[in-house]
This record gives sequence, structure tokens and C-alpha cells, in this order.
Amino acid sequence: MKKIVHYLNQFYGQIGGEEFAGQTPILKEGPIGPGAAIQGLLGEEAEITATIICGDNYFADNQKEAMAVIMKMVEEQAPDMVIAGPGFNAGRYGLACGTVCDAVKKQFGIPVLTALYPENPGAEMFQHDIYIIETPINAAGMRKVLPVMTKFIGRLLNGEEIGFPEEEGYLPQGIRVNVHTVENGAERGVNMLMKKMKGEPYTTELPMPVFDRVPPAPAVKDLKNATIALVTSGGIVPKGNPDHIESANASKFGIYEITGIDNLTGDLFMTVHGGYDPVYATEDPDRVLPLDALRQLEREGAIGKLYNKYYATVGNTTAVKNAKKYAEAIAQDMLQHGVQAAILTSN
Amino acid sequence: MKLTLNKFHVKDIQFGEISRYEKGVLYISKKDLAEYLLEDKNISSVDFDIARPGESVRIVPIKDVIQPRYKQSGSGQIFPGYVGSVETVGNGVTNVLEDCAVVTSGKIVAFQEGIIDMSGPGAEFNSFSRMNLLIPLIQPVENLDKHSHEATVRIAGLKTAAYMAKTTLDMEGDEQETFEHESILEMGKKYPDLPKVVYVDMVQCQGLMHDTYVYGLNVKGILSTLIDPLEVFDGAIISGNCAAPGHKNATIHHENNPIIIDLLRRHGKDLCFAGVLLSNESAMLNEKKRASFYTSNLSQLIGAEGMIISEEGGGNPETDLMMNCRLHEQKGIKTVLVTDEYCGRDGTSQGLADVTPEADAVVTNGNGNQFVVLPKMDRVIGDIEAAKIITGGNANSIGEDGTVSVEIAAIMGSCCEMGYEHMMTKLR
Repeated sequence: MKKIVHYLNQFYGQIGGEEFAGQTPILKEGPIGPGAAIQGLLGEEAEITATIICGDNYFADNQKEAMAVIMKMVEEQAPDMVIAGPGFNAGRYGLACGTVCDAVKKQFGIPVLTALYPENPGAEMFQHDIYIIETPINAAGMRKVLPVMTKFIGRLLNGEEIGFPEEEGYLPQGIRVNVHTVENGAERGVNMLMKKMKGEPYTTELPMPVFDRVPPAPAVKDLKNATIALVTSGGIVPKGNPDHIESANASKFGIYEITGIDNLTGDLFMTVHGGYDPVYATEDPDRVLPLDALRQLEREGAIGKLYNKYYATVGNTTAVKNAKKYAEAIAQDMLQHGVQAAILTSN
Repeated sequence: MKLTLNKFHVKDIQFGEISRYEKGVLYISKKDLAEYLLEDKNISSVDFDIARPGESVRIVPIKDVIQPRYKQSGSGQIFPGYVGSVETVGNGVTNVLEDCAVVTSGKIVAFQEGIIDMSGPGAEFNSFSRMNLLIPLIQPVENLDKHSHEATVRIAGLKTAAYMAKTTLDMEGDEQETFEHESILEMGKKYPDLPKVVYVDMVQCQGLMHDTYVYGLNVKGILSTLIDPLEVFDGAIISGNCAAPGHKNATIHHENNPIIIDLLRRHGKDLCFAGVLLSNESAMLNEKKRASFYTSNLSQLIGAEGMIISEEGGGNPETDLMMNCRLHEQKGIKTVLVTDEYCGRDGTSQGLADVTPEADAVVTNGNGNQFVVLPKMDRVIGDIEAAKIITGGNANSIGEDGTVSVEIAAIMGSCCEMGYEHMMTKLR
């Protein structure tokens, strides 16, 4: 039979209340408290062979030490799965449940499961990394959540395909996947509109993300002595595209030398951007990456100098997360090379 | 206002001595059709190929997909401004070849041309793989500039589609569907209690080969305008667009605009479909503002209570979509947006380039970044090398074993933002 180790705090582990929150991690054989109820529901499917109990305060104040002991206990038990909680909306307990499960998954590669209220900080921190069954706000929901948890334990232990959060009861992990539908998009849209107009409940298919709004940096005070860099998402690269930057959803950016070049020409540079008409950029790449204008400003002394390399990627169906990653790396590279300001061009 | 679609279900296309339609089979005379297309002196040569559902065939690069239609009666002719003159269309009887399309291919025009697989996993991403396709492979004359090349291929596709459907002239189709509506003032009287719905069709016109044409006119620079939904069925709006293949509105999408079809079918039953507004998608902020303000004012003038807004393309046009949403919601008009998203191959990124809190009812037609490996096909129509440079492809897209690995943005119409396909994105 498959073996499960269960993590609980001092209260659910039946050591005692808040006055026992300093309890160091201990291991007891067999299921305890909610574990006993889960064992009852699991039947012969799996066995909770041991329960690890740790006080909430001890875990919060001595996480490193607590985790070292807990991970050693798990290793010795060599279970097929580790579960924790349910932790409902208890903050310290929720963080402990998430931390233990996440570490076990990463170190031992076995399935893990906890159950928390969506606003528990432990849920917010770990829901993208591990499965967390959604619970009501407090232990009054115990009877409701344990069957959901038990069913999910079975699925994970048997390696079954996991459905969507609303079917299975776990908190969304933040992964958007394509699925085929019975109705086409237009019919879904008209149906949604009819509900919205009537004031009936409906579910948007794409909840609006919250965007980072980056405040503009303060103006450069001394442009005459500043080093300026050029950055483009318009796909201007040396002819032949040496880094094979993709024409859409680019997986990288390139850094290219422009020392001694006054003017970008179509024989040496090209665009690889797949989202716009390349005719004018091919005729004169300066139209997208204005090197000629910057050289002129450099000669006139309006800017100190143009940084001798430029940065290029392709912003075409490119995921925001990747764009952010490239921007951070580019900014870091600029800082290392004494660049004070940058001009960003698209297409 | 009344238009009957006289539909013929095409079971097969074959080449023959004489072009004709007989018992569900469309016979095409290559010679005859080539002569017609070669009237355009920008074409140096044209050949034709056929692809059928289930065949081990891959077509790439594809510029446009067009459904063959030809008017049997009523004013004007199909694709006004190109095949027909600029007379009003959208009345009488129009013959339609169902399960059939023209797919324009040949030398690549720009980076934004797409792929259709007739079988295998790629075939699950659009409806075209279930149709009988005629593929004109159009080679332009040497040194033809890109913009003339685009126009040449665009017009050749429309002419081919009209030529094909013309074979059914004066014949009775397998089924007829009649669409009918009243003038706006009349429908207001006739359906006083039904919710008044307007559809905003955002049409791409960023220039630089991202253009849409209405009665042959590039919509770039137009003020938002009203169009009869029935005109759209007669090819009044056609695509000149080279945006990412996964979410460009090809001509077949306009001809079969699924939002218009659904609204017309429900008109007079549970809603009152009060009209279609064209709102252009320019690249410039001032033009985005002009279009969305003007559109929202027209909506109010019509008396819209709810509206569906569809997008074409992504990134920059998201600003047009969100402005239209915000301005309409501020006037108390309930909106639903129809779009797609680009949330990375792993699906964890934000998927839109612009957002607004008023956009609380959104239909998504998929994540265009989904990565797929398409198996080797026995036959490639066109030029497989194009897979390396089109949107969704990359330098390593073509495997030594003949597989093609791309993001589904490369597959024609995979995430169509008119909601033509049956796909959505779900959070897990």
C-alpha cells in the first residue's frame, strides 16, 4: 500500500493550543486528527503511516532549523506522498504547509498536497508551484474539504490526469491552456452579452491582468556628458541574423557592435520582425533604429556619446513575461557598461 | 433587407477540361482560370493545386483564405470594388460554395503568411483542414515591389473565388438560408422590448500591409461607419492583411463573420440586432482616439444597449479594443470583447498588451504561443522553407525528420478573433 506522511501544526496535531506553538518538530506514527478522518475516507487506497507535528511559532521563527528536521523525518519515512493541513486561513500554519510541501516536491520529487483558504499567504506564495485544495475560511469547513482532498490524493498517487481547478477544487496555478469548445467564440460572446445585459451572472474568459505601471525615470540632467544606448524591439539585426532571433515571440535578444558605423544600410543590417511590412526598414534600417540621428547628435555635442553596441529583439506576439526578462537583462548590461540613458524604439 | 445564401456543399474539387459544377464535384479548367488570372500583368505564372480533408498535405506560405461566392440575383456582384463594381451588395440571392475555399500561396509576400495542415494535430486548429481547397500558386513578375505583390495576390484570390462559384450560376443549392432585417427605425418599433445590440467590427488598417478594404476602399483614414450586415456576406469587406496568421481576419472570416451570423439568427427572437459599425485600427494614438470616440457616439445615436467588439491582430490593436470598451461602458452600453492572447509557451505570462478595468466580459479564442510539433506530411504545397521566417516559426522550425515546430500563431486562423473557431483558453 502507498505510504503518506502528514504534516500538522500543534493544534491539529493534538499537542495543544497557542501556548504550545513553540513545539519543535516531532514525529508520531499513524494518522492524527484530520489525518484520521482522511484515512477513513482513503480506506485501503493508501496509508498515513506517520504524522509530523510542529508548532506554528517555532516554524515561523526557526524555519531553517525546523525544515532541516522535517525533511530528515520525511527522508527516513520514504513516503509516496506528503500532505499538509488543511490550514484554512491560518497564516503561519498555511505558510508552513506550503513551505513543507514545496520543499518535499522539489527535493524528493513525490506528489504533495495541502489545502488552504485562497487568501492565506501560504496559498498566495505557493499556489503556482504545488496543488492547493481551496478551503472555506475556517475549520467549520473541515467536513466539506476532506473528501475533496482525499479524492485528489488518489488522483496524484495514481498519476491520473488532473482536470481544471473548478472541476477538481484546487487553486489555479496560473497556467493558461488552450481547450476546444462546443460553441464557437462568437456564440459564447453573444451568450455572455445577453447575460451581462440582463444582469445575470457570467464568467469572463479572460480576467484582466494587473499591469505594472513603471514611472518614467527622472530626466537626464547632463546630456552633453551622457552615454546613450539604443534598444529596439523592431528586429533590426546584422544581415544574416547571427543569433537566429525569431520573427515572433523571440526567445532572446542580441547585442550588436556599431563602432565606426554612422548609418545603418540594407547591405549590413536587416529586420527579422514578423509583424510589420519590412519594405521600409529594409530600405533604410535607421527608420527603426535611428543610429544616423544619434551619430549626428553625438557630432553636434548634444549627447556625450552613443554606446558602441545596441540591443535588439522582436516584439511580435511576444509574451509580456519574456519581454520583462529581456528588459531586466538589458538594463543590467547597460549599468555595467556605464550607460546613463536609453532610447527605445519599436516599429 | 433580405439576402438568401444558396449553398452548395462541395464534396471534391478536380481538374478538368471545362470548369463546371456537377453533383457536388467542382471541376476546374487550369488553362481557363490561368488565362483569367494572367490578365493581371504583374503575374508571371500561376499554377494550381488541390488539397482535400484528411490528406497528408501541408500548405505554406498562405496569404489569404477566401470562400467562393457569386451573386445569382440582386444588385452588384460579389467582392465589390474587385470582382463586382462598387454598387451596393447584400440583397437577392448569392451562391455559396460550402466546405470549399481558395487558399492563395506562391512566393512569400511578407513574414506573416500561414500554414494549413490537412490532417494530423495541426488540422485541429482550424476549419480549413476540413474543406476542399484550391490553391493558386502565384509567381509575380521579377522585381515587383512588395505592395504591388500583395495587391496582386489579394485580387487573384478574389477572382479565383468568384470564378469557382460562378460555375453554379442558375443552379439550386443543397440548402438555402435567408437573412432578413428591417431598417433601424422599423426594428425599434417592431421589437420595442428586445435588447438593442450593435456589433463593432474593428478593422485592421495600420498600413504597411496591415490593411482591410471595404468596397475596394482601404479603411485607413475613414471615420467609423455603419454597414449592413448582409453586405458583409457578399464580400464587401475583404482582407489585405499580412498580420500574424493565427489572428488575422482572412476574407473567409469576413464573408462568414460568425458574430454577424449569430446575431442575425437571433434577431427578433431574443435580441434586436441594430447594426454593424466599422471602427478602424490605426497605429497612431490620435487615430485610435478618433475611431473609438466616433464609434461610441454612433452606437449611442443608434440606441445600442449592448455590444460585441471584435479585434484583429494583437499588441497595438489592444489599445483600440480597450478604448472602445471603456468609452462604450462609460455611456452605459454593456460590452463583450472578442480577442485572443499571447501568454507564452508555458501559459504563465500576461497575454494582452493593454487592458482596462471595464473589460469585465471577454471571450478569448486561445493562446497563440502554444507550441506544437507538426508531423511530416507526404506532400508540401508551396515552399516549406517559409516556415522558418513566418510569425510563429523560427530558424529551427524544420526538423531533419520533416516535422515542423511552430507556435500556433503560424496556423491560419487558429485563434480567430471573430470567434470563428471552437477554442478558448482556460486557467489551470
